[in-house]
Amino acid sequence: MTDIVQTPVATPETKGRSLFQLAAMRFRRNRAAMAGCFMLALIALFSFLGPLFVPHTYDQVFPSYVSIGPSLEPRPDTSTLQDVMEGVATRARVTLKEFNVEGQTFTATVTSEQPIDARATRYFDRANEFRDTQVVATEDDGRTLKVTGQVDREYFPFGTDSNGRDLLVRVMLGGQISIAVGLLASLVSLGIGVVYGATSGYIGGRVDNVMMRLVEILYSLPFVFLVVVLVVFFGRSFILIFLVIGAVEWLDMARIVRGQTLALKRREFVGAAQALGLTDWQIIRRHIIPNTIGPVIVFVTVVVPKVILLESFLSFLGLGVQAPLTSWGALISEGANNIQSAPWLLIFPAIFFVVTLFSLNFVGDGLRDALDPKDR
Amino acid sequence: MADMKETILAVRGLKVNFSTPDGTVEAVKGIDLDVRSGETLAVVGESGSGKSQTMMGIMGLLANNGTVNGSARYRGQELVGLPPKALNQVRGSKITMIFQEPMTSLDPLYTIGRQIAEPIVHHRGGTFRQARKRVLELLELVGIPEPGRRIDSYPHELSGGQRQRVMIAMALANEPDLLIADEPTTALDVTIQAQILDLLKSLQKRFGMAIVLITHDLGIVKHFAERVAVMRRGEVVEQGKTADIFERPQADYTKMLLAAEPSGRKAPPADSAPIILEGRDVCVDYQIGGGLFRGGTSVFRAVDSVNLRLKEGQTIGVVGESGSGKSTLGRALLRLLPSSGHYRFGTTDISGFDRGQMRPLRRTLQLVFQDPYGSLSPRRTVGEIITEGLYVHEPELSRADRDRRAIEALKEVGLDPASRNRYPHEFSGGQRQRIAIARAMILKPKVVILDEPTSALDRSVQGQVIELLRDLQRKHGLSYIFISHDLSVVKAMSDYVIVMKNGKIVEEGHTDAIFEAPKQPYTKTLIGAAFNV
Repeated sequence: MTDIVQTPVATPETKGRSLFQLAAMRFRRNRAAMAGCFMLALIALFSFLGPLFVPHTYDQVFPSYVSIGPSLEPRPDTSTLQDVMEGVATRARVTLKEFNVEGQTFTATVTSEQPIDARATRYFDRANEFRDTQVVATEDDGRTLKVTGQVDREYFPFGTDSNGRDLLVRVMLGGQISIAVGLLASLVSLGIGVVYGATSGYIGGRVDNVMMRLVEILYSLPFVFLVVVLVVFFGRSFILIFLVIGAVEWLDMARIVRGQTLALKRREFVGAAQALGLTDWQIIRRHIIPNTIGPVIVFVTVVVPKVILLESFLSFLGLGVQAPLTSWGALISEGANNIQSAPWLLIFPAIFFVVTLFSLNFVGDGLRDALDPKDR
Repeated sequence: MADMKETILAVRGLKVNFSTPDGTVEAVKGIDLDVRSGETLAVVGESGSGKSQTMMGIMGLLANNGTVNGSARYRGQELVGLPPKALNQVRGSKITMIFQEPMTSLDPLYTIGRQIAEPIVHHRGGTFRQARKRVLELLELVGIPEPGRRIDSYPHELSGGQRQRVMIAMALANEPDLLIADEPTTALDVTIQAQILDLLKSLQKRFGMAIVLITHDLGIVKHFAERVAVMRRGEVVEQGKTADIFERPQADYTKMLLAAEPSGRKAPPADSAPIILEGRDVCVDYQIGGGLFRGGTSVFRAVDSVNLRLKEGQTIGVVGESGSGKSTLGRALLRLLPSSGHYRFGTTDISGFDRGQMRPLRRTLQLVFQDPYGSLSPRRTVGEIITEGLYVHEPELSRADRDRRAIEALKEVGLDPASRNRYPHEFSGGQRQRIAIARAMILKPKVVILDEPTSALDRSVQGQVIELLRDLQRKHGLSYIFISHDLSVVKAMSDYVIVMKNGKIVEEGHTDAIFEAPKQPYTKTLIGAAFNV
């Protein structure tokens, strides 16, 4: 007996490969699915870490830049600044001889008939665009002044919306919210659906009948009606969106898991577990749920995009996230309203949305292939 | 005599490879086979020996990751590498195939008449209406009763044996030269197995076609085939006339296969041995139909007033065809099914026990299932599977203790203890059955119900599992109820036999009495079918 105890436990080379590891191997060989994973990771990084690298916040309004198009050039551009500077020069009754912008600083040379008062720099600072104007040099007995100062130049690679907010940051924020809603609501539906479906399917009989009729009743309620009722009762909140969507989506999940469970229930390992004296709940937890994992994972990858779409639909109705918060769905509906005047408002969030959905679908396909044992 | 006949299928250097994530698997490693017209060639081997894959390769029916190389000539025409269209000229018409599983090889959406007509219409042209007459002929030929009515039946309306007859009718539809039968009787009961083999034999006489019979059952080969090819690990180890192979096997492997027939007897326990498990008037009823909006239900009695007394150290063999209620009886005795009757375990009356009351007794009443593939949860390691019972019955055990018990149990059933970290799909059928036995034994039970524990295994593996079960019985003084349709195994395992039919006990008695001098005609047919095919 004692010598048995001393036998080394679990030498690494005897570690078996679980079905899940085999599936992971197959998944890794699927190029499209791996590309999908990679894109999803990129989009998540962009949405969650991106705002750290952009100086603007999602609710910051730039009154000077309302509905400007996307551009990699800084705003305002040099010619606009030239115009502004000439305006400033006129007001200061000086002539602009030379004007240069380099990055965030400008230099200007102004001349006048009479010596220029150094206080004329105030005229520069009065313009929105310039600040901290200083005199660098005076020439010609003060008739020529070289000034330098800071230009507030902003980058709007995605343009701005009709309120003058940076679309880049708003797409990032929308991504955060859409991804969060997508994942959390899917998890909510996963949790409820798996437990409900497995219980219903495993216990069977009258319990199953009652539980599934309840699901059918919930199915028959119109989604929007359900949402309106819940919003009326609980008030409008961010958490509610997860709950509402999750509470609707779990119905499908419950049916899928129930179907799986009905098939699993007849398998002999469940009979063996019963013969060992496991309780119903132990069997559900230890044998039924782990074995439904394949179809469930695949279904989750379908639910996530569906949930993101539902959320955008709710936001579109005004029941989802509220301004200044936003989501991809809200951004897209806003963009759709301005499609003629400002197409970029539609294009950018739509690109991210579509790429995310595509990636999720590829990942879902890959998972289905990887988890399907018939492939072998 | 047979040597004079023309060779119709010549296989030379045939290789079948499968590409898997872990590299290429050579299923068939360059084999040579000849099939002559009108003869029966049996290809024998254990599962995984490549016998089915050889034929699948020739017929172009391999799975997607399979490739076939080498040569297979049908009357001079090369089949390997033939495009599917050209191959279809031959397969289904000149070479046809019947499969093991008659339940799944028929399409449930079409009537059998239509399915039999399909190859006729495809290869000879014409309409389904025109083919109907021929279909009726074929159904009559394969011995389907009332062919005029059966032609419009759907597969689910037929029994397993009848479906296999339909499969044969399909295969015969175009009067083939060569019929490949891939384990045609494995899924059938012994009595039906004999009928199907007789049918094939008589059809062969009538049409003069050659038959390639793929099987693992040497009993069939002996009575049915003229020549035998023994395959092992993708190679033909021995080939020759049936009588020669059976009387003077050359290869060690063939000798081993021939010796694998289960042998030995079990001595009955002492008369004074106490009764450990008793069931009186055991009845199990299934409700058929019914539901929320459906009307009346009918009751199907699967087990009908069965009495059974199991003594300590005894093995009761329960035999019968599928549907005779033998598995149901086993589960009823373990109180896993709602059933009526009186049950005693030792001195305790367990008739009215509910699940909670039964739970503490579960550890002493264990069950081992038929299908070693289905009875182990695919997502748990072997260690987790076999210690599951401890988790319920000895929750106070620490992790290390459980691990120690797992090691003991695995050693006891002859498996490497290191395998407890692996997953069931990494083991062969025999090893899996050992795992299932270890799961039952770890609880140190008193009674084990063995529900066809060897039916899904190869003969040689079967022998090992039987040996193991006998050892365990001797060591721990176990009592078994051994449920099986395989009479030779029952003969070797049990000291008392119960023969069941339609839920009732037809005959019971000591093993010798039943096998040597069966009284009931049903028992006689059963034994006759099993021991002289």
